[in-house]
Amino acid sequence: MSDNMPKKNFLSFQLDPKLFEPATQEEKEQQVQMRESVSFMKDAMRRLYKNKLSMVCIIIIVVIMLIAFIAPSVYPYTYEAQDLSRKYLEPFEYSQKEQAAIDAGESVFPHLMGTDALGRDYAIRVIYGTRISLLVGIFAAAIVIVFGILYGSVSGYFGGKVDMIMMRIVDVIYALPDVLIIILLSVALKDAISKSSSELVMKLGAGMVSIFIVFGLLYWVGMARQVRGQILSIKEQEYVLASRAIGASPARIIRKHMIPNCISVIIITAALQIPSAIFTESFLSFLGLGVSMPMPSLGSLASDARTGLVSYPYLLLCPALSIFLIVLSFNLLGNGLRDAFDPKLRS
Amino acid sequence: MDSKFLFYIVKRLLMALLTIVLVIAITFFVMHAIPASPFSSEKAKSDATIAALEAKYGFDKPVPVQFLNYLKNICQLDFGLSTAWVGSTVFDLIKGGFAYSAKIGFTAAVLAIVSGVFFGCIAALKRGGWIDKTVQVVTTALVSMPSFVVATILLLVFGLKLKWFPTLANMPGGLVLPILSLSMYPMAYITRLARSSMLDVLGQDYIRTARAKGLRNSKVIFKHALKNALSPVITYAGPMMAYILTGSMVVENIFSVPGLGRLFVNSMLRTDYMMIMGVTIFLAIMIILMNFISDILYKVVDPRIDLG
Amino acid sequence: MSLLEVKDLRTTFFTPAGEVKAVDGVSFNLDRGRVLGIVGESGSGKSVTAYSILQILSYPGRIVGGSVKLDGDELVGASDEKMRSIRGNKISIIFQDPMTSLTPVYTIGNQLMEAILLHTNRTKEQAKARAIEMLSLVGISEPERRIKQYPFELSGGMRQRAMIAMALACEPDILIADEPTTALDVTIQAQIIDLMLDLQKKLGMAIIMITHDLGVIAQICDEVIVMYGGRVVERGTAQEIFYRPRHEYTKGLLHSIPNIDSDQREKLIPIGGTPIDMLNMPAGCAFAPRCDRAMKICLKEHPKEYWVGKDHLSSCWRNVETGVEQGLIETDSEGNITKIDLERAVQEQ
Repeated sequence: MSDNMPKKNFLSFQLDPKLFEPATQEEKEQQVQMRESVSFMKDAMRRLYKNKLSMVCIIIIVVIMLIAFIAPSVYPYTYEAQDLSRKYLEPFEYSQKEQAAIDAGESVFPHLMGTDALGRDYAIRVIYGTRISLLVGIFAAAIVIVFGILYGSVSGYFGGKVDMIMMRIVDVIYALPDVLIIILLSVALKDAISKSSSELVMKLGAGMVSIFIVFGLLYWVGMARQVRGQILSIKEQEYVLASRAIGASPARIIRKHMIPNCISVIIITAALQIPSAIFTESFLSFLGLGVSMPMPSLGSLASDARTGLVSYPYLLLCPALSIFLIVLSFNLLGNGLRDAFDPKLRS
Repeated sequence: MDSKFLFYIVKRLLMALLTIVLVIAITFFVMHAIPASPFSSEKAKSDATIAALEAKYGFDKPVPVQFLNYLKNICQLDFGLSTAWVGSTVFDLIKGGFAYSAKIGFTAAVLAIVSGVFFGCIAALKRGGWIDKTVQVVTTALVSMPSFVVATILLLVFGLKLKWFPTLANMPGGLVLPILSLSMYPMAYITRLARSSMLDVLGQDYIRTARAKGLRNSKVIFKHALKNALSPVITYAGPMMAYILTGSMVVENIFSVPGLGRLFVNSMLRTDYMMIMGVTIFLAIMIILMNFISDILYKVVDPRIDLG
Repeated sequence: MSLLEVKDLRTTFFTPAGEVKAVDGVSFNLDRGRVLGIVGESGSGKSVTAYSILQILSYPGRIVGGSVKLDGDELVGASDEKMRSIRGNKISIIFQDPMTSLTPVYTIGNQLMEAILLHTNRTKEQAKARAIEMLSLVGISEPERRIKQYPFELSGGMRQRAMIAMALACEPDILIADEPTTALDVTIQAQIIDLMLDLQKKLGMAIIMITHDLGVIAQICDEVIVMYGGRVVERGTAQEIFYRPRHEYTKGLLHSIPNIDSDQREKLIPIGGTPIDMLNMPAGCAFAPRCDRAMKICLKEHPKEYWVGKDHLSSCWRNVETGVEQGLIETDSEGNITKIDLERAVQEQ
């Protein structure tokens, strides 16, 4: 029974005996799809592109920036021109004087957001306010990135006593309430600014100058901490040891190996720092401690809107919407960046 | 109590005190860097009057001496005399304002923490569901709105249009809108913090161990998950305090609350230097104190952190 | 009837990137007091199998088919209440990394007593006494002091011992050990394995030892199943698997460990190819793309399990070929075994 088992049994499997021939390498590889290895940066950017929400945010931010920086040069109204005959117009409404002009054949550019209590076109004021907010945001981001990276990487790289002292300083600075100091400084500088020779400084006002100074002194500590943390963990990696073994200088190691690995942390922290800076500026302007009149800030516009709030809610809603859109876009973008660069942190 | 913990408390306390002294110094020297005298901006006075006033308020002595005097006085709770509200001491004014601000601020803080943790945990537990999605959308929106926008909108909708709540603080129910306005941002922030922390904890191995022991789900969450998830929320307590104190400046302004924030703004507009210094230092002390408390609480909740 | 009967268990993870069939038709039996080893590399589905038995899968995993019977009692589809009474009580599990597996904010004592109080009727005092008793049983010195300590205050080996104490506190019938020694130093590994053998003799529970370390299998296991790609590819007694491996994957595993007797200059033979991508499983045998002796049929059709020795089965087309060729196996038209000449099978190999 056992020895003369005919090959026929094999066939009765209903399987082709040819299938029992060895498989070739190509056939094996067909079964397996290998994923191409991509560099970290490219991989992260690809994930970011796929994230539609983040892409929309980037577009919104770019559009807002374009409007804020370019529109004032082409817009037919200025932010200071008062005209009491056209006060409190609703968006797209025309004053009697303007209506008469239109009927007579002139073209009058519509007031996209109406006018305020003094007849100034509101849209251009909101645009100027947006410009201020964006400037503050960009400046803050720049300071935070430059100082934060410098300080953090030096502290993290050298470690030991240097790190300890530097971090103690950071701890103290971190504990200082920044808004209070800004306010303090702006009061102190009010006098000095009004006597200043620089026109730019005068136009900005004590509030803005204080904001910039305090940003430069205090705002970068969060970033410094993050960068230092990253550097400390990277320092232990072997490729750093290898670099040192072949004689690379600290500056070179920091620049070529450590910072590229911190990029994700840097970008994310910066993106989330911008809304905070914008909030601070608008908050101070709301209280009257930011930009000086008549330069509008989204905060001061919101504050002025309080008189006549019930009758003319658009005076509040327009600047409010502007801040909301900018900050929301940066927040969502920050989240998107975080998901793209470090999917492990994804919630 | 364990001695290492005591040592930690003392160390943190010293740090806090150091920072407070630093803030006082910064405040003091910044204010005194102003060339103008605090009196020259008021109605025109003769130089002699200004000199006399300065002597009365002690502004004629050399600055470092003034600083030490000031420091000494602060320890005795003497913050000097107000120049804008003549006759009142800075301390009394602060005390009066604090009573109001504390009520509003404290309630807002508690509201923010409790509801924040609650919504955050629910969103994490029902991950992916409609509650989670709603929570994420709403908190993202709220976190993108500055306090004055929220406050003004609440004022408009609930105070003026719907007339559900009075808009002045001294009327009954008048504290509702200010409290709500102050708590919106921290509530949204804490919700997101709690949610992501909870999600993080729920994915940890020890939660799996707890389940593997046969514990019921509620026990796993309330005993094992929650305690671990609270750490980031506790760390936020300090910044939240700072937010509430500075936010009160705006909210009190909008709803006419006679609190500390409004006092601060007014003393600024009237350039009452003693008041400005006093309030700044007081607010800073509050913030630093809160940071200190949250550091200690953090250690109580999570015994792992480095005591050194 | 065996203590634990797992039949055709299937567990799938429904991820955004696709469905991952982590466990794809796994069956095995475990008798009282026996030690079963589950061997496989990362991603083979061995841990997920264990979690499926206890139903402690994490989102987005779900059991999609099969049955798990404890003493004849069906667990798949059982109520949450029932499963809770089994976990930590009838079936316990210890995990790979004791540092992350113990809650950092509660003391060891607290966590141990929690399990005891949950499943037994002891008072707090009795539970504490039992906890101390368990800690000494697993070889932790000064248990009264240790009970008040936090996990981070213990060394790796001690933490694992504490986990074992926690798992055995309620005298379970089955202890599942998911890679218990992987995170430990080699010397501590040996101690833990000795401890487990010792406890098994004393308490008589069955053990399922999940590991990728063949040395551990050799030390402690009576029976072994080898998993790859979510399926069982070979099963048998430890003797059979080690000395007469019949699946190409098992053979590859055994050849890749250094042999103390081999020539110093002999190269280690690793298994070629890359580990499988669970999102892109091949159509036939999961191992075929990496197998040196793969045939065309291996890539097309999944082999069933075939007898290759006493209590020894293997899921490989080569076995069918060999068996039929050698006249040891008779199959019907569907490939089912109709007759086996076992004695000859054992002798021939």
